[in-house]
Amino acid sequence: MMLRPFTVKSKLAETSDTVTLGFAAADEGPATRFEPGQFMMVYVFGVGEVPLSISGDPSEPEVLVHTVRDVGAVTGAICSLRIGDSVGIRGPYGTSWPVEPTPGRDVVLVAGGIGLAPLRPALYHLLANRSRYDSVSVVYGSRTSADLLYREELAGWRSRPDVDFNITVDRDSPDWVGDVGMVTPLLDRLRFIPSNTTAIVCGPEIMMRVVAKDLIERDVHPDDIYVSLERNFKCGIGFCGHCQIGPKFACKDGPVAVYSSVADLLGQEEL
Amino acid sequence: MATKVLGPSGLRSLIDLLHAGGYTVIGPTVADGTIVYGSIASIDDLPIGWTDTQEAGSYGIERREDDSFFAYNVGPRSLRHYLFPPRQTLLTIEHAETGLRFCQEPPDNIRYAFVGVRACELAAVAIQDAVFLDSPHADPNYARAREHSFTIGVNCAVAGGTCFCASMGKGPSCTAGYDLVVTEVIEESHHEFVVEAGTEDGADLLGRVEGRQATDQDAGVVDAIVKETARNMGRAMPTHGLRDLMVEGFDSPTWDSVAQRCLSCTSCTLVCPTCFCSTMSDTTDLVGTARRERTWDSCFSLEFTYLHGHSVRSSTGARYRQWITHKLGWWHDQFGISGCVGCGRCITWCPVGIDITEEVAKLAGRAEAIA
Repeated sequence: MMLRPFTVKSKLAETSDTVTLGFAAADEGPATRFEPGQFMMVYVFGVGEVPLSISGDPSEPEVLVHTVRDVGAVTGAICSLRIGDSVGIRGPYGTSWPVEPTPGRDVVLVAGGIGLAPLRPALYHLLANRSRYDSVSVVYGSRTSADLLYREELAGWRSRPDVDFNITVDRDSPDWVGDVGMVTPLLDRLRFIPSNTTAIVCGPEIMMRVVAKDLIERDVHPDDIYVSLERNFKCGIGFCGHCQIGPKFACKDGPVAVYSSVADLLGQEEL
Repeated sequence: MATKVLGPSGLRSLIDLLHAGGYTVIGPTVADGTIVYGSIASIDDLPIGWTDTQEAGSYGIERREDDSFFAYNVGPRSLRHYLFPPRQTLLTIEHAETGLRFCQEPPDNIRYAFVGVRACELAAVAIQDAVFLDSPHADPNYARAREHSFTIGVNCAVAGGTCFCASMGKGPSCTAGYDLVVTEVIEESHHEFVVEAGTEDGADLLGRVEGRQATDQDAGVVDAIVKETARNMGRAMPTHGLRDLMVEGFDSPTWDSVAQRCLSCTSCTLVCPTCFCSTMSDTTDLVGTARRERTWDSCFSLEFTYLHGHSVRSSTGARYRQWITHKLGWWHDQFGISGCVGCGRCITWCPVGIDITEEVAKLAGRAEAIA
């Protein structure tokens, strides 16, 4: 429950409502080592605390990177932070993406919207250890081209010959040259052997369900599909009860969960 | 373990010794028209000669014709009021040169002695132990309060109208979790307390008070009392296949039917001895210090599941379903045990008298009708 003081070291506007912030510890404590997919609780003085997935590189734990969309009082305050401002951060908490599967797997990442943020640490890890995997493919769906995150990096990732990186937008615009529509049709293009595939999916709940169903129809095993659970987290450590989904506490049994273990829970109205 | 039979003066000495040992003694007292846990300065603060009447949505206290000490059942407050207080300051936060400074609130040094704790309550504490202690992030405040507490249990000699601990297998006799356990024996000729030690600490304390050694006959009397109480239990929970019934009853019309009566007032979750949900809030003062407080929260509130723009459980039926399916169903998956001990508080203190045993019976009946 103990917070540590952190200072804003970098700030980059991603879209009209989303920023990426880098935080460095203001105390003498150790670097915050984390696994891709884990989250931190970030506190703004006098405003409150929210869970934020880590969007930075796990091999650079000295700076904690979070990509935040302004959707409420606390996330709004975080988006308004300036370089040098102080916050409190605790964590890391929760489960992580299976970025160390048995060597030689095909890895498919599917992101929807801000769901790319918690996938980015996994992608960094996969690319840093690229030789351990067979194919690495990404499908990223965004509302519009204006909502795309990490634009500079996107260009870099798309130009790499060892990653098949696909982007689609829900709504076309004059500046967009590329795919329009849902992420699932793009799975047709990827080259992966279903029985040898680990899939990592993060986005709105309905999108994750549709993608998981699609992958299963392609014979990817439900035990090899990973999704992210999103609920209201207050404590982050499984005590406060807010994030319960049936038998799970999303904060400690998630956010990352094997699809087969949550398939019956996702999509249940008001569970 | 040692068993002794004390008179009222022996019981008085027990409580006096707890005070002398530095404990803050908590036990049932008469306050605000209820029999509720409060501070006990001496045995005289117990509800001597009082009893309670409990039914769905109703509670009252009345005089008895004898001077019994423990002839009533549980009140609205449970031990979690002390072990996991409704409002607790966790941190204070200040601005310092290097950024924010976080100071953990020092733990209070109260050592509680709980007197007159019923079997259902002891079972509830064991359940909360699983929540707060069996975790990599064990709650330090709870752990401290538990570690330093002393507990005198009471075997129930009367059963309340909303009690159903016998059907949950949690009472009416105390089987674990106490330092001493008392059975009150009150007859025209004598008024005695059969006291059995459950721990070394309990045996030590019991050794320091006047009383006679218990006999097989005393053990027989205790046994008869708790059996009679079990027979008189006001209600029973249909426990057969309860976990699966809950999990499989997700789409049952029962929830809509409850929703037409439930006020979403949160009362059941506040009186429940095993509910553990909480929230945190940070308040700032004019000199620039912020305090982080943890307060009890309830799955019956709309805000509870708020997630950027909407609440996951927006209907009352869904919130009642969450409470009851968690308590009686998912709790097994999470903690290997039911979250209900059969204390009946949620029935008594529901302003519209919704009865958890009745709703489960309806759910089971509907499931059976479908099958």
